[in-house]
Amino acid sequence: MTDEKNSSVSMEMRISKLRNGAVIDHLRPGTAMKAIQVLGVTDGSTLSIGMFLDSKKMGRKDLIKIENRTLTAKEINKIAVLSPEATLCNIRDYQLVQKTKAHLPREIPVIVRCTNPKCITNHEKVGTLFTVVEDNPLKLRCRYCERAISGDEIELI
Amino acid sequence: MAASQDKHFRKFQGADVISMRDFSEEEILFILDYASRFEAASAPILQGKILATLFYEPSTRTRLSFESAMIGLGGSVMGFTDAAVSSAAKGESVRDTAKMIEGYADAMVIRHPLEGSARAAAEGADIPVINGGDGTNQHPTQTFLDLYTILKNKQTLRGLHVGFLGDLKYGRTVHSLAEALSHFDCRMYFIAPEMLRMPAHILSELDRHGIIYSETENLYGVSRELDILYVTRIQKERFPDPLDYEKVKNVYILNEKLLEHVKPELKILHPLPRVNEIDPALDRYPQAEYFQQSKNGVTVRKALLSLVLGVHL
Repeated sequence: MTDEKNSSVSMEMRISKLRNGAVIDHLRPGTAMKAIQVLGVTDGSTLSIGMFLDSKKMGRKDLIKIENRTLTAKEINKIAVLSPEATLCNIRDYQLVQKTKAHLPREIPVIVRCTNPKCITNHEKVGTLFTVVEDNPLKLRCRYCERAISGDEIELI
Repeated sequence: MAASQDKHFRKFQGADVISMRDFSEEEILFILDYASRFEAASAPILQGKILATLFYEPSTRTRLSFESAMIGLGGSVMGFTDAAVSSAAKGESVRDTAKMIEGYADAMVIRHPLEGSARAAAEGADIPVINGGDGTNQHPTQTFLDLYTILKNKQTLRGLHVGFLGDLKYGRTVHSLAEALSHFDCRMYFIAPEMLRMPAHILSELDRHGIIYSETENLYGVSRELDILYVTRIQKERFPDPLDYEKVKNVYILNEKLLEHVKPELKILHPLPRVNEIDPALDRYPQAEYFQQSKNGVTVRKALLSLVLGVHL
């Protein structure tokens, strides 16, 4: 469930073990709330959120547990723009049944705001669409105004 | 050859012309070659076709050259030249306007201050949409006519030394042209005051294509290297702070003295209008190509209208 045995104990003290549901791990620190919004898991599922947890791999990380709900690989890809290292673990009866790493899709619809104030998407009801120009470092291009934005400029709608 | 032509004819019939990024090197060269057919010959091939011109921003050359091109090929033109008299004043979206125009015309040209507006219009309409300039983003038909003018003068686009002078920050024509020329391994010289340098996102695109370029404020330091000098107006309307405009408005004024510092075969281009960056005394020299360049706009727009409407010369 976590990437570091040493920290798993202390983490379990903070967040109880999941019986059925999904764990999204290795989120970049500070992105958990946005990830919940992007995934749309605001339908009443019980959520446990860990933020700025110690991580050997990442220094700090966020983590989300969603009870009684699993996610698909396609859903987890939606948060790759926030956290390219994110992983999804679907759990059934305390057992890991699926582990998936987020993959950045070629196109990112709707969720990212264009930073160009003169872009039509900021003035009319035109849903944003970004193309991934480069994976690492992340660079996206707006389909409409063609402005390129880098990973640290990304602002979610 | 005929098969390749048919392939392109099929591809462009009904297509939109929104951004130079949508065109491959092969397609650009095909369009420039096809445009040369419209230099001398003209025929009423677009008789019965209607072009709608949606100009939400002022334009002289783009609008009139589209009208001249359409009328020259036997077609008709309708439209507006001021957003205040269109439904935009009532809050209609660009997409809705485009969808509505689809019922009135066979193709449309749109100029709009918002970036991405032409793409949004194209998504709204099933008829071809041609971008006549969307904010500081793209103005592809200008780029095609710039490329056409360079090709006509130099018989190639490959490996040329091209200088860009003036407002390289806000000038969309220089952004589009530099990116289009990056297909052709041109050596580029960006000559501008610090405040109006080429934006980093354009330079990083050129880096991605492995283009060699340099930036300078000193025209005479590089002028002898140039095959083409593309001059732009310092656009008062793009400056958020009028004081900044005052600081740079007269920083480059080209006059006959320039000719002592250039190759005799240099061609000077300018998308026009000029204000005072090129002394009219230069107009009579063979290096001054800007009025011919403007005329080429009709030729190139005829070719593009013919292609998107699928009626060929």
